[in-house]
Amino acid sequence: MTAPLLEVSDLSVEFPQRRQRLQALDRISFTLEAGEVLGFVGESGAGKSLTGAAIMGLLEPPGRITGGRITLQGQRIDGQAESVRGRRIGMIFQDPLTSLNPLRTVGDQLVETIQLHLGMDAGAAAQRAGELLDEVGIDRARIGAYPHEFSGGMRQRIVIALALAPEPELIIADEPTTALDVSIQAQVLALLRRLCKERGAAVILITHDMGVIAETTDRVAVLYAGRLVETGRTAEVIAAPRHPYTKGLMAATPNLDLVSVDTVLPQIPGSMPSLAALPPGCRFHPRCGDVMPVCRRTAAPFIDGVACHLYGAQTQEAG
Amino acid sequence: MVIILARRIAQAVLVLLLVALISFAIFRFVGNPVENILGQEATVQDRNEMIERMGLNDPIPVQYARFVWDALHFDFGISYRTAEPVAELIASRLPATLELAFISALFALVAGILLGIFTAISRGRFLAGLVMTTSLVGVSLPTFLIGVLLIWLFAVELGVLPSFGRGDTVRLGFWETGLLTASGLKSLILPAITLGLYQMTLIMRLVRSEMLEVLRQDFIKFARARGLPERMVLLRHALRNTLVPVTTVAGLQLGSIVAFAIITETVFQWPGVGLMFINAVYFVDIPVMSAYLLLVGTLFVLINFIVDLLYLAIDPRIRDRNLRGGG
Amino acid sequence: MTSPPVRPSEKPAGAPESAPTSVSASISASISASRLQRALASDFVYDFTRAPIAIIAGLVVLFLFLVAILAPLVAPTNPFDPASLNLMNGFTPPMQANMFTGESFVMGTDDQGRDLLSAIIYGLRVSLFVGVMSVLLAMGLGVSLGLIAGYVGGWLDNLIMRIADIQLTFPSILIAMLIFGVLRGIIPPDLRDEMAIFVLITAIGLSEWVPFARTVRATTLVEKEKEYVQAARLIGLGRHQIMWRHILPNVLGPVLVIATITLALAIIAEATLSFLGVGAPATEPSLGTLIRIGQDFLFSGEWWILTFPAITLLALALSVNLLGDWLKDTLNPRLK
Repeated sequence: MTAPLLEVSDLSVEFPQRRQRLQALDRISFTLEAGEVLGFVGESGAGKSLTGAAIMGLLEPPGRITGGRITLQGQRIDGQAESVRGRRIGMIFQDPLTSLNPLRTVGDQLVETIQLHLGMDAGAAAQRAGELLDEVGIDRARIGAYPHEFSGGMRQRIVIALALAPEPELIIADEPTTALDVSIQAQVLALLRRLCKERGAAVILITHDMGVIAETTDRVAVLYAGRLVETGRTAEVIAAPRHPYTKGLMAATPNLDLVSVDTVLPQIPGSMPSLAALPPGCRFHPRCGDVMPVCRRTAAPFIDGVACHLYGAQTQEAG
Repeated sequence: MVIILARRIAQAVLVLLLVALISFAIFRFVGNPVENILGQEATVQDRNEMIERMGLNDPIPVQYARFVWDALHFDFGISYRTAEPVAELIASRLPATLELAFISALFALVAGILLGIFTAISRGRFLAGLVMTTSLVGVSLPTFLIGVLLIWLFAVELGVLPSFGRGDTVRLGFWETGLLTASGLKSLILPAITLGLYQMTLIMRLVRSEMLEVLRQDFIKFARARGLPERMVLLRHALRNTLVPVTTVAGLQLGSIVAFAIITETVFQWPGVGLMFINAVYFVDIPVMSAYLLLVGTLFVLINFIVDLLYLAIDPRIRDRNLRGGG
Repeated sequence: MTSPPVRPSEKPAGAPESAPTSVSASISASISASRLQRALASDFVYDFTRAPIAIIAGLVVLFLFLVAILAPLVAPTNPFDPASLNLMNGFTPPMQANMFTGESFVMGTDDQGRDLLSAIIYGLRVSLFVGVMSVLLAMGLGVSLGLIAGYVGGWLDNLIMRIADIQLTFPSILIAMLIFGVLRGIIPPDLRDEMAIFVLITAIGLSEWVPFARTVRATTLVEKEKEYVQAARLIGLGRHQIMWRHILPNVLGPVLVIATITLALAIIAEATLSFLGVGAPATEPSLGTLIRIGQDFLFSGEWWILTFPAITLLALALSVNLLGDWLKDTLNPRLK
């Protein structure tokens, strides 16, 4: 048995404050196989982006990893992410309008990345940059253009080219299409998926959109208030969500065959608690329709793909 | 590009004409020019002759046009106090001011940018905090006090640097320079620091805040995510983007340095145009004041113009916006 | 010429509705991860440690103001009363008995035997008077012009803001010197000393109105479109009523900040002009004048004549500056 491409176990991230330490991620664990597409879904502030930033070693101070381990093909990378950043793990951010340096041509930025990671000379790197632009569907003649001369969708294609340039094994895409027009979101997602597939690169796709998860990912992980609440094969989770939060998310998403287009989408009542005022027990219990007394006291352990007392009882009996 | 250039030049000329209008108004209407030249004992006939000769009965626009025409030919009238042509006064004193301003600006720019980068990237560390706190004191310290303080320390207590004047100078054609002799250079140190310190602090604080702002931007995060080493992120991506706004402000500060030279020159008895101006204000030597305003105004407009062009050269976005707007 | 210069010390204060956001409120709101990261990264500690400095600065300012106002009561002597001067007392070092008269002075005496402490107290009075009056002039002018420019708009707005742009291009101290020179030229020579203080106030006041006008104009433009102003207009309130009663209260916060910062600038401008000899007359010496006099004695060893007025000026300028800084951060956290 070989080690999975990426293995994250018990990852915790904290933000130390003057009076308290805010636990932004609480013992997140998951694995990712080569070539697989894993989706992270949850509301804003659930910790999706933090998970990506923690893997890349790009947490903004004073945020820091306080526990757990991250391994890439069996090799630990937490605390030394610089060695793999860009080269073996690429990242794409939400806003293509601000992801590129406005004062330097796109060619410049591509060549810089290629030269750094692949050790090519300037000519070969420029050649490669042109090919990459072709691959993402941009005329290679525009290699000398500045970012502001491209539309948002085109800029995100350039960002994808930049992330793929060093031939990474994993791409972390943090809301890659949220800032784009709805009409081109699907195009850009399809492009990202196709290019990664061709290269055998795995993808972690961070989004708040269940629709995107359904269309794009192989497996899905649902995050709520810094904790993993459910994981599973995307098709299975969508067909039969188990955690009440996942159910709520599904119900609030249009066009997933569960609800017809005409119905008013039910929203999950209330809003996610702030990290400074987390409820005891299961963090979802104040909003949960199936809340039980035990939920208010203790958090359910993450067993068999879900962290919920509704299923815990059966598991305990079985075990 | 030509259109932009033409428009900028037109704007510059307009502002210059406005400055000239103010200079003219001061020259013509503050005090009584005739009385100032002839003295109060002159006869009525002398006065009328003088009024006629100076064209003071002509319509105001004609007088203004003549004022501009004369100024273009470096004729700024006669100093009320010394009876010398103002142009000669300025010509003999301008090199001293320009040399002082240039060295000060160099000091302010180099030290300001270096310290700004340092305080930005080592934010939260003790030394950076110390520099920032010191700079706050520096901003509150009036220029003249800095000068007096430096004189006290280096001239009175330590006795290592001269406290006034330019030292030995060498004449190169019409330009009298203090940059070529040891005593000239030594004399330059204290005034240059005095004059540059405030601008240095400003540039430092500006570079710091711009740098922090740029470092927060997504493209820096993305550059890091692409695996660029920190040094490359800072030098290739953060620094250049920081310097765009800094160029504007630093350029404009250059003009301020010439203006603030008035104070430094007075403290150090530096024989430049600033000292000349202060004396003119004190003795109400209107032609000299008017000419100084014209001189400094021209300098500012020129600097503004150059900064605008520089800005255009550095930032492709503005270049394009202007091309579209100008087309 | 097209891009007005940005003076870092004079960033226009933003609209007041963005004002007090407490630290805890920004945490307790449920916010996205990246925004959360940024909020957490801001320097709480820095804020906290600065508050005591602001308190000390406030106390220093209050103390100096009181001393200046009560000068005739607190000064040991009246430095301008020739009867109180004794040339024999000249150059007495601080806290030492004079070798001829045996008198001693806390801060020593100057060349004419004038008690330096008294001279400083009276000088402080002149400095603060000129500073406060110039700020009031600048504020009155700037707020009025800013309101008019923002509310009335059109060519008037254009004209006012163009003048402001051009004036901002030049350092205000240069403009103050020019106005000072011009006013001196207009005033008959025999009245020059008598009116010097008012000339000084006018010169400094006219050189500092622009930041007020810009901020007030910006806020006015925002407020003008708000519903309560539209409503006030609908019920038939006149222009003046709307401008002064409804819009003006909204700009008071930023104006207060700018006024404090401008006071520091005005005090330094006054001291500079007086130091250069084109400010307060010898008959009414300000701190700047005293420093100019003291500089002459630097080489001969009478250090106190320069040092004490300089320290007073520094304490004043620094405290007002710190107070302004703190006000700016407190009233408008976004500007940090």
